[in-house]
Amino acid sequence: MSLAEPLVRTPSPLWTLGLLRSELGTVFRRWRTLVLLGVLAAVPVLVGIAVRLQTHGDHGGGGPAFIAEVTNNGLFLVFTALAVTLPFFLPMAIGVIAGDAIAGEAGAGTLRYLLVAPAGRTRLLLVKYAAVMAFCLVATLVVAASALLVGAVLFPLGDVTLISGVTVSFSDGLLRAAVIAGVVAVSLIGIAALGLFISTLTDSGIAAMASTVGVLISVQIMDGVPQLHAIQPYLFSHYWLSFADLLRTPVMWDGLAKNLEVQALYAAVFGSAAWARFTTRDITA
Amino acid sequence: MAPIQPPQPERDFGGYAGFEGDGGDGFPRSRKLVRYGVPVAIAGVAAATIGLGTALASTGGSPSLPNITAEQLLDKIATSKVQTVSGSVQVTTDLGLPQGLVGGAMGGATGGAGPFGQHGGGKGGDGSAADPQAKLTELLSGTHTLRVAADGPDRQRVSIVDSTSEYTVVHNGDQMWAYDSASNAVYHQTADKNAKHGPRSHRAEQVPATPQEAVRQALKNVGPSTSVSVDGTAEVAGQQAYQLLIKPKQADSTVDSIRVAVDAANGVPLKFTLTPKGGGAAAVDIGYTKVDFGKPAASTFDFSVPKGAKVTEGKGSGENQGTQDHGGLSGLNVIGKDWSSVAELKSANGQLPSAKGGQSQSVEGLLGSFGHQVKGGFGTGTVINTRLVNVLITDKGAVFAGAVNQDSLVRAADSAAG
Repeated sequence: MSLAEPLVRTPSPLWTLGLLRSELGTVFRRWRTLVLLGVLAAVPVLVGIAVRLQTHGDHGGGGPAFIAEVTNNGLFLVFTALAVTLPFFLPMAIGVIAGDAIAGEAGAGTLRYLLVAPAGRTRLLLVKYAAVMAFCLVATLVVAASALLVGAVLFPLGDVTLISGVTVSFSDGLLRAAVIAGVVAVSLIGIAALGLFISTLTDSGIAAMASTVGVLISVQIMDGVPQLHAIQPYLFSHYWLSFADLLRTPVMWDGLAKNLEVQALYAAVFGSAAWARFTTRDITA
Repeated sequence: MAPIQPPQPERDFGGYAGFEGDGGDGFPRSRKLVRYGVPVAIAGVAAATIGLGTALASTGGSPSLPNITAEQLLDKIATSKVQTVSGSVQVTTDLGLPQGLVGGAMGGATGGAGPFGQHGGGKGGDGSAADPQAKLTELLSGTHTLRVAADGPDRQRVSIVDSTSEYTVVHNGDQMWAYDSASNAVYHQTADKNAKHGPRSHRAEQVPATPQEAVRQALKNVGPSTSVSVDGTAEVAGQQAYQLLIKPKQADSTVDSIRVAVDAANGVPLKFTLTPKGGGAAAVDIGYTKVDFGKPAASTFDFSVPKGAKVTEGKGSGENQGTQDHGGLSGLNVIGKDWSSVAELKSANGQLPSAKGGQSQSVEGLLGSFGHQVKGGFGTGTVINTRLVNVLITDKGAVFAGAVNQDSLVRAADSAAG
């Protein structure tokens, strides 16, 4: 069985779009994906109800970030929900989808049929990565939208008090929330690339998912150990909470820029590693 | 099932199409290596860029400036006309305080309001999480980022930037507002009409938050007991600066040197570094990471109480100061002068001072675990060593503290007893 001949023809760009569309359809029609999104959507509901039930508003400044302001402004539930889900829930969901991307196909024996199509391995990999990134964005938006909905139902909305103590209009706050959702989605690019690379290493989807989530947990632990401060700026999760800097006046851009740099670096290193591995390995399943 | 092998030649990556393949089954080894080289190269370039950046930052830091004497530089600081500033300040303190002691002292000083808030903060009206006295104690350990803005002596704004929260103090005329976003609490204080200083100057005497304040305190000691020299130049926050080196001449001081970077253009201190005798990292390092000498917008110093925030009214500044600082102690007496001055605090009831009365037993036990016993003409006592300040607590309940070595502390105690 030889693939060499059909690949000589260069597929049109439209073909790539078609491939992406079919890949997106595959990812988002899976029950697994829908359940993950459902769990993510449930987090703000739980947080919102918990805050609502705790009638005396004095919860001592403890708990997740921004929670003290949720009772005054439902919009803050968006920030709280993102701060709660970003350390584990969101990247874990990304790890499942990214780890499954190549290894899952290999495990199910469908990878060789994907490669029969005149797409080329690089193109297939790019399409897979694009689909994972689309999932990053959708997952973040699901959390944010669910939080906004729950916040609007359970709490008053109105002018937004930024963490610098300055009050801005609700539309300004809403704009900041939208930008923050975008920043959170971009924060997940690094782990998505890492998961994709791990996915090219094995033929077992479960192994790839477990390894990706394992790496995530190890990195999060390393980021919490003060003695390791020398390497922490290079961990993909180190600047994740910098999205809070968008809630200051004036906005502090340093942390946000560093987060983008780190994510771009991880995407470049592990994206190209995935490419090197995927384009040179023998596909046996 | 025969394995599907990578297509050869690979059209997706035309640049390597002419690379010699071995034509056997399996992917050519050399091309495989080249491909794996890409991520390695990207990581290498990134590491080199980071390394180069750090190297440049450390070497590019000594601009050439006209020579200047120490007197001229001190004069430059004293006559600096700059009243407006805004920027970011990084404060790093490594005083070597015993860990448990820091927690205890902070807990005592703040009425239980640790970083995670005031549950159990039942110390009367001062239990607000937004109380500045409490919050600024946090600056005594670790690294913090501050954002500062000032317009003259009457209008300042300082924010302690935390990862997802911020603590802001706004001083405008006789009004002082503090806002803690983590607990959505506000602390408000109106300065005493009779008091000479505003609330901020009280605060400044305790924890210097900007290089200017730190330098003002350090230069109080300049006299015959201090050697002051100009030690090269540096670049701080993009500004060219002279380095002022201050060294105590008194041998019993625990301070090895203080280094101050002074803006060459306008005489504003930009960075303050205090190195203790013991060596190692600086005990106190306060410096601008970004600075702008333009006038901040007037709205910077406005404050309106956020909706739903809990407001705590502070008492008059002087009164508040007294209760917060000295607890059960009465009488502050300074022994020695300049760098070797030792503060003597006498406990009012002849017992060990404790943050919460009635717990002196546990405090004594606590002291024993941090310090060690010393004997002298004064009797016996416990000495607690930190990197900068040494404290002697006698069994009679007197406390001697100073940035001096232990012998000098014991001598001070002897002279007080005798």
